[in-house]
Amino acid sequence: MKNKLKVLRAENNYTQEDLADIIGVSRQTINAIEKEKFDPSLPTAFRISKLFKLPIEAIFSFEEN
Amino acid sequence: MKAERKKNLYILAIWTWTWVATLALASFGPKYIWDEHSVLTTLAVSVNFVHGILMIIANRRMFNNFDELERKIHLESLALTLGLAVVVGLTYSLLDATNLIAYNAEISNLVIFIGLTYLVLVTVNTKRYA
Repeated sequence: MKNKLKVLRAENNYTQEDLADIIGVSRQTINAIEKEKFDPSLPTAFRISKLFKLPIEAIFSFEEN
Repeated sequence: MKAERKKNLYILAIWTWTWVATLALASFGPKYIWDEHSVLTTLAVSVNFVHGILMIIANRRMFNNFDELERKIHLESLALTLGLAVVVGLTYSLLDATNLIAYNAEISNLVIFIGLTYLVLVTVNTKRYA
């Protein structure tokens, strides 16, 4: 799954640590999502979507491997 | 989340240490402290068992407080550790039963193997997602 988390985080001047604290996950999880090594759960995706005031599909896009 | 994690880790550390301490007491107490008194030995073993249960509950609480990636890392590590523990444990036992090893198969060796395997797998899986 592709995502724009790193870009959105930079645009909003959040560090990975800041974002992790707001979303309620570890910094490692934010890093893994940004590097597209790990797909977030639906609740985490919704929290990210709510924080950046964007629909989920504007942040995450599904691509079949 | 961080405060909750710290608290859970602290509680787990306390129960782990008390479990180790009560295990040592139950192991060496009968011989060195209370001269094989069966009531005291039963009490020591019971106390150790209860502390073990409390340690497991604390571990479960900490596991449930993990976030989704940490849970995945630990679950994968646990699955592999469990599989290896069964296979290696039974092979080790078989080696003893068929006299292919000169010494008795000790459960403590298996416990050390499980602990080290879990530690290595958690480290490897954590690096995979870094």
